[in-house]
Amino acid sequence: MAHTDKHGRPIVVVTGIGVVSSLGQGKEDNWRRLTAGESGIHRITRFPIEGMRTTIAGTVDFLFDERVAAPDLSERLATLAAEEAIGQSGIGSKGNFPGPLFAAVPPVEMEWPEKRKLAENAPERPVEYRDLLASAASGKFRPWHERFLFGSVADRLADKFGTQGQPISLSTACASGATAIQLGVEAIRRGECEVALSLGTDGSVHPEALIRFSLLSALTTANDKPEEAARPFAKNRDGFVMAEGAGALVLESLDHALARGARILGVLEGCGEMADNFHRTRSSPDGKPIIGCMNNAMADAGVTPGDIDYINAHGTSTPENDRMEYVGLKAVFGEEVLAGIPCSSNKSMIGHTLTAAGAIEAAVSLLTIANGRIPPTINYHVPDPAIPLDVVPNVARDAQVRRVISNSFGFGGQNVSLVMAGEPA
Amino acid sequence: MPEGTKRDVWITGIGIVSSLGEGPDAHWQALSAGTPPVTDAERFAPYVVHPLVKLVYDAQIPKKGDQRQMETWQRIGTYTAGLALDSAGIAKNAEILGRTDMVVGAGGGERDHQVDTAILNDVLTSNEPGKLLNERLLSDLRPTLSLAQLSNLLAGNISIVHGVTGSSRTFMGEESAGVDAVRVGYSRIAAGQSEIGLVGGAYNAEREDMLLLYALNDFCMTDEFRPVFSGAEAPGIPSGSMGAFLVLESPEHATARGATPIAKLTGVWSERARRDEPGAVAAKVADFVARTHPDAVLSGATGAHGATEGEAEALKGAGVPVRAVANRIGHGFEAQFPAAVALAALTVAKGELFPALSGDPLETGTGAPQRILVTGVGHWRGEGAGLVEKVG
Repeated sequence: MAHTDKHGRPIVVVTGIGVVSSLGQGKEDNWRRLTAGESGIHRITRFPIEGMRTTIAGTVDFLFDERVAAPDLSERLATLAAEEAIGQSGIGSKGNFPGPLFAAVPPVEMEWPEKRKLAENAPERPVEYRDLLASAASGKFRPWHERFLFGSVADRLADKFGTQGQPISLSTACASGATAIQLGVEAIRRGECEVALSLGTDGSVHPEALIRFSLLSALTTANDKPEEAARPFAKNRDGFVMAEGAGALVLESLDHALARGARILGVLEGCGEMADNFHRTRSSPDGKPIIGCMNNAMADAGVTPGDIDYINAHGTSTPENDRMEYVGLKAVFGEEVLAGIPCSSNKSMIGHTLTAAGAIEAAVSLLTIANGRIPPTINYHVPDPAIPLDVVPNVARDAQVRRVISNSFGFGGQNVSLVMAGEPA
Repeated sequence: MPEGTKRDVWITGIGIVSSLGEGPDAHWQALSAGTPPVTDAERFAPYVVHPLVKLVYDAQIPKKGDQRQMETWQRIGTYTAGLALDSAGIAKNAEILGRTDMVVGAGGGERDHQVDTAILNDVLTSNEPGKLLNERLLSDLRPTLSLAQLSNLLAGNISIVHGVTGSSRTFMGEESAGVDAVRVGYSRIAAGQSEIGLVGGAYNAEREDMLLLYALNDFCMTDEFRPVFSGAEAPGIPSGSMGAFLVLESPEHATARGATPIAKLTGVWSERARRDEPGAVAAKVADFVARTHPDAVLSGATGAHGATEGEAEALKGAGVPVRAVANRIGHGFEAQFPAAVALAALTVAKGELFPALSGDPLETGTGAPQRILVTGVGHWRGEGAGLVEKVG
């Protein structure tokens, strides 16, 4: 007898989890430090910071001794997270993962050190763009073609792990990691596969990336004490902290997991999305898209707001996002119910891992359920009276958590919410 | 209907722009007249491109403010998505657009070459290049630049300009992104996870930064246009500016709103050959042919070495008429597969295969195909296919 959910679809469970962030490599380290309320945010040492408005980030600096291009770091981060997740799930064999890969990867483009090498290789001064093009065609830089293709990170991951079919590389901005999970859930529900590897990775803190977000006035400038700069939901929040990391989940139909005797780490009960057409960087003032997104996720899971024990917030620490997320939460849960539900932001400690955030935070949500302990929102010392949430301020809290909703809201209006539970209903 | 039950998927709207014109009618006229490809080998010499026909963007993107927030590839895509919604008869229908599921195959980037080269020249002579780079980027980049470059902002702009908000997903990864955009949109409708979707992509070939990326590994067609299957070695990629979007719909949903199908999409596959194994690409393409029994093939061949030779080998043995999209509108990477599906749908709807291009030895045969196999073999990785059938 097949196990199906309330809508008659295969139940999708998680049998492997992997995480890397500025706090460290692996679930164990990350969980210990997240529940200790530690911050991974620090002064940037990877490149010169003179002249920058923001000089801090949650970079992952323990993997390479020298500067590498962003896709190299994104690939390495994803590899570590996927190895951990696949290892835990015990599925397939080395180099043969029996399902597709859905990889949330940052958009790729050639970076300044490479452009500089092209320019140095060109004889003309001043150099013009056509000289760079001629330099590129010299055949001296062939590997850069593959490296700076949009599909290259997922492509190499597919080679390494032996996932089935062509991998999907995707971006829904800050919702990307959650979208990767959603695509895996949908593929299993369609019966297209029994197993999927969904991950989000981001290793793209480089000068231009940082400056672009500065130019959008999205980043904090609280540079003096890096570990105190990410302050989701606090009145003195002033922008997000760019960060790096990766999260990976092995998704599997419950039947498939049971048949092979796998340990079930959690259930992906529901995914919801709704795009916002109000503005490129701002949420619709009425909160309709994020309200619809959360409601869609709960409807997909077949649960109601009363069934949610904990909210893993998007909580970026920008003035606008945190206020709008509260507006959405209040509309979905109602003021009274919401007051009784803890709602914390992992970004207070690991910063905003952008493309990876949805996947990392889904992983942390599952660890929250498994451990019965809620990671805090640190740096919460000045409450915002306009956001009366129980943010689990500063110190982790023990609590029975049966079901979590995790939010991811992206620039460009792409919103995804995931509902996760501990045990098959 | 319960998820997982397979049902038909109709193509009820087509938006397409390219070097051949704007809209399905202009494309069909050019194709059926055997119009030679429109190419430009001068502007980006030695590289050959298919330049986009001139578009009046106001027609689909009425606000100048919106146009200013986009780079050209996003404008092409947003414009073409509007054409597809018009074609399906759902433009401005807020109720339907609010639950229309969107999957876009997108690249991104689009640099300001003057800014880049000015900064590079200063960096080359600076004693403090790191500091200089930071200062120059802060002062010279437009604040909205990253939005105009971000891959997911084509979809974001389609939501903002046209109101498509059911869902929004962006796939990256060159040709495969276009194949998977169509495949996931198709699969969700076939399985009852969605009723109506907008899928497609856009590419601006008239960009030196993109030519640079492909020139790094000698992938671009140079000097003069040659048909993609001409010569023993593939002739290089003749990149082409284009946008292509399809409205996919369940028959129930289309019928209920009185819409008629242009064609039926019967299957989409996205696979991955081990390119380092000789014959792997040819075997994949031959397998697509064997499993779909088409009566014609519309190839999305790129012209890239290492990919197009294998496809040619397989299509030689297919025993059905072959046409190549790149021989008409060039190669549009993420947009190529959606464009090929659009042209296949037009062909089965019109009921006659358009004439072959002289000079391409693989383009042979004529007829009135009912089942067209569309191929999408990526220039570097990924082998895709779709089957488009006549309705009724």
